[in-house]
Order: sequence, then C-alpha cells, then structure tokens
Amino acid sequence: MNALRLYGRYVGASLRVQAQYPAATLLLTTGHLAATAIEILGVFALFHRFGQVKGWSFGEVALFYGLINITFSIADMLTRGFDVFGTDFVRTGAFDRVLLRPRSATLQLIGYDIRLSRVGRILQGLVVVVLATNLVPIHWNPAAVAIAVWAVAGGVALFAGILVLQATISFWTIESLEAVNVLTYGGVQAAQYPLNIYADWFRRVLTFGVPLACVAYYPVLAILKRPDPLGAPDWILPLTPLAGFAFLALSFLAWRAGMARYASTGS
Amino acid sequence: MPQVLVEALAKSYRVAERAPGVAGALSGLLRRRWREVRALVDLSFSLEAGELLAFVGPNGAGKSTTVKILSGILRPSSGRIEVGGLVPYEDRLRHVARVGVVFGQRSQLWWDLPVLDGFDLLADIYRVTPDRYRRRRDELVALLRLEPLLAQPVRQLSLGQRMRAEFAAALLHDPEILFLDEPTIGLDAPSKLAVRDFVKRLNREQNVTVLLTTHDMHDVEALAERVIVIGQGRLLADSSLDRLRSSVFAERRLWVDFAEEAPALDIQGVEVRTRTARSLELAFDPAKIPAPKLIAAITAEHAVDDIHVEEPAIEEVIARFYDLHDSGEA
Repeated sequence: MNALRLYGRYVGASLRVQAQYPAATLLLTTGHLAATAIEILGVFALFHRFGQVKGWSFGEVALFYGLINITFSIADMLTRGFDVFGTDFVRTGAFDRVLLRPRSATLQLIGYDIRLSRVGRILQGLVVVVLATNLVPIHWNPAAVAIAVWAVAGGVALFAGILVLQATISFWTIESLEAVNVLTYGGVQAAQYPLNIYADWFRRVLTFGVPLACVAYYPVLAILKRPDPLGAPDWILPLTPLAGFAFLALSFLAWRAGMARYASTGS
Repeated sequence: MPQVLVEALAKSYRVAERAPGVAGALSGLLRRRWREVRALVDLSFSLEAGELLAFVGPNGAGKSTTVKILSGILRPSSGRIEVGGLVPYEDRLRHVARVGVVFGQRSQLWWDLPVLDGFDLLADIYRVTPDRYRRRRDELVALLRLEPLLAQPVRQLSLGQRMRAEFAAALLHDPEILFLDEPTIGLDAPSKLAVRDFVKRLNREQNVTVLLTTHDMHDVEALAERVIVIGQGRLLADSSLDRLRSSVFAERRLWVDFAEEAPALDIQGVEVRTRTARSLELAFDPAKIPAPKLIAAITAEHAVDDIHVEEPAIEEVIARFYDLHDSGEA
C-alpha cells in the first residue's frame, strides 16, 4: 500500500475516533468558529472608527484575514502530530513505536490526528473571504483563484515548517516548546494586516526570516491587482508563496538532525 | 551465520541535567551540564534462528537499551550488530518490517480504536496483502482467544486482554524474530500463564526466534533454555538455567521432620540453618557430601517422618549471582 493510501487510512481512523465523541467534536468546531468570528468583529470595529488604515480599506484587510486564517487552520488540522510531538511522543516514549514501524516518521505523525474541529475556523475564513469580495471589487477569475489556492498551499507549508521546527526542538527539550506559538498564533495575527503598516525591521523578518508576507501579503496584492506600495515588482508577487515550501524543506533538514540525535540518545 | 549477532556492543549516553520548568528548558538549551551514562560497556552474544533466549538483569543493567538497539531505535556507540543480515539502525525501515516487538509497558495499538480497526491499520502499515492478513489474523485471534474483544476500543480492555491483543498486533506481519521487553509485567497469574504458553507455542510450532527480557524469574523458568545475565552493561553469564544454578549455588537445602525431638547433628560439611522442636533445615554442599549419603547418615541414627531436598529458587540464584559479581542495581 502506498503512502497516500495509507494516509487516507489514517485519516479514516482519526475521523472514526472523533465520531465516538460527536458532542465534543461539534462543540470544539462551533467554538473555533465563534472565537474567530468575534475576532473579525474587532477588526471591523477598528476600521469603522478610522475608515482606512494606511490606505487599506476593511474589505481588503478582510481578504488578508480570511486567507491567512484558512491557511493556518488547514495547517493546524493536518500537523497535530508535530504540534504535540514533544509532550505526546518524545516524553512518553511513544516515538519508539513510530520508529518500530516500517514507514516514515513524517507520514505517521501527520496521520496521527486529523482535527476535524478546525473545519470551524476554515469555514469562518471562507465566510470572511466572501464578505471581502462583496466589499471590494475582487474579480475571481481563474488566475485569481489559482493564486489564492497557491498562496494557501505555500502558507500551509510555511506553518507546517514552523511546527516541524517546534517538534525538532523537542528532541532537545523533551517538551513541546510553547514559545513557538509566537510564530504560529502570533504569525496569523501579524499576517492578517498588510505589510506596509509595520516597521521596517519587522517587514524584513516577515519577508526573509519567517516568510509570512510571501504567503499572504504579496499574493493578495496580486489578487487585488494593486501594486506593492513598498515597491516589489509585480511579476514577483505570484511567485512569493514558493518561500513557504523552501521554509518547509529547511525545517525537514533540521528534523533529520533531530532524528539522528534521537537515535543516539533515545530521548 | 547466526540470526542475531552482537559483538562488543557499547552504548553510552550523555544525559543533560537541567532544572525543571520552561525556564529550565530554555536555559538547558544554552548551557548544559552533562553526565555520562554507560548503559552498555561490552556485550557479545549470538542467537540462532528458532532459539528462545531470556535476558535477565537488574534495573539499569542495559536490557532495554539492548532491545532498543536490536530493534533499530537506537544507534550503538560502538560494536557490531546484525539481525538477519541487516544492521538495524542503518536499515531501519527494512529491518523493522521483519521483526516484531512487544513492550510490556507501552501499547502498539490505538487507544480509542476498536482492536480490529487497529489490526487493519497495522496490516496496511506493514503492507500485508489482504489474503495473508486475513489468514494470519484469524489464526492469531483463535490462538489468543481475541474474538470477543475485537469490537472493543483498546482503552476498555483489561491489561491481560490488552497484552493478548498486543501480541497479535506484533505478529500480524509474520516476523521471523520477536523481541519482548518485560511482556508479563503487571499481569495477573492466569494472564502470565497464557502469555508464557503462547510464547512457547510460537517458538516451538512456528519456529519464531524469541528474545525476551524479564524480571519475572518464573518467565525464565517456564520459557528459556538459554539465559543471558547482564549487569552494569556487561555479559555476566550465557548458559542454561541448570548450569547457572549449579555455578552459583554450591549449597543445597535438606528439610528433615523427625519423629521425636530434633537432635543435635554433627556431620562434616553440614550446617543447621533453622531448628524447630521436631524439624531441621540443613545446608550442605553436594560436592562434599552427596544428598543420598547425607540422608543415609541421618536416617541411620534417627527416626524420620519426612525428608526432602530443595533446589534454590531462581530468584535466589540470580540474586546470589549478582552478589558474586558485585553488580546489583546500578
């Protein structure tokens, strides 16, 4: 059985487990929907008071907000195994069991737990994107849709990369390092606003360090057909989500080093 | 070529000592104090296909480290190791497809899934073809009496039931060799017997090589023809149980119930260990005075109701063995 079909089996098993606790799953899903719905109300209140922020309207920011939240929720749904790797696998010794099976550790970890409740937040993100479409003229032609999907894919890779790095650190710390949440939850917060409202050094971090701008800000400019107020050339905008995949690839290099360490220390 | 070959295996860890909590974790990343732990110092042995070997040693002797290296989880610091012609830690994916491992303290199965769903998933993971899977599963379900448990989630099983399911899980892919790390720990008496019986049948009837670590000497007595004793990371003995017993226990015990008051005995090489009004427990060295001769000497002079010779219990043998080698708990 190939890896993809096995992943399908893992997804099926995970869904069956959650189906055993339907009330809990439903409550979590609505919870995720409600919590993030309140957040967008806050953003709306801000724009209602000030009208525009640095030349951006509420509708445009809503597009940033919706896309990055869809992106993060998908990543969060798929990479639970890496998220809880330190506490649930390294500390308990359950990673030994992963290593005892003739399949890649990565496949087993992404198949560990597919969190259905995150669908709530994905739905909320979609609703906000629809809302944005009604507020600003976004022409969803095939090219725009393709860029949006491509940006979300790059963003999922980026967030997955961050979580893989977090998991890699747990080979050394034995615990899941909560400090990494600054990059995940904090990253979502930062990426839901346009880049040019931030200070110069922070823009650099978001472009070249943890390239959140490359999976949110730049591709959204391409969808809105707005030139970059910071001067990035138009042709590069739709290419930027590649940075997310590069980040993920580098994270896996670090992960390999962590695996080698585990083999020599066993936690 | 033996199935398992271990030569001069050594493994030491550097263990970081760090303060607890998040602050400790962070400062531990920057500046660490290390302590060297030598889990294995020098271990060599080999195992032929179809053998059943018990690994015995106190906590910290290196048993679990050995099993982890053999199963490909850990990489040794030095030494040579081959299992079925493969170096486990270098060829992990191919190696683990051919071995089965049961950890007494850890589950292979999915806590929230019914037993049968877990088996199905394992068959996919190990790439067992549907035909072979069905045959093997039915065989194991019958052998381990799992039929009534198949629909239950693993979390609802008793420990004894779960261990039976664990054995099936470890054997679905038909491994040539089975590593068992303390498989009877925490089990009640009937479950222990069931596990021993199953392991024995597996070894005899299906010719599966078994290497087992245990603290339960009854496991050893019931199962293993061959015992390896390790202490502080070194091999202390590799022999049959009987030879091990006679090598450490020169001394035997003789219990005598007398028909009258127990006499004062004075026979060369015999010591009185305990005395009650009408019975004696005697310690003697069969090399100096054989049991029949001793019994003859006593019955010649005294009226005796009952008499029996006692073999030292296996626990005593092993404990005494550690004393002799000065290698108790590290």
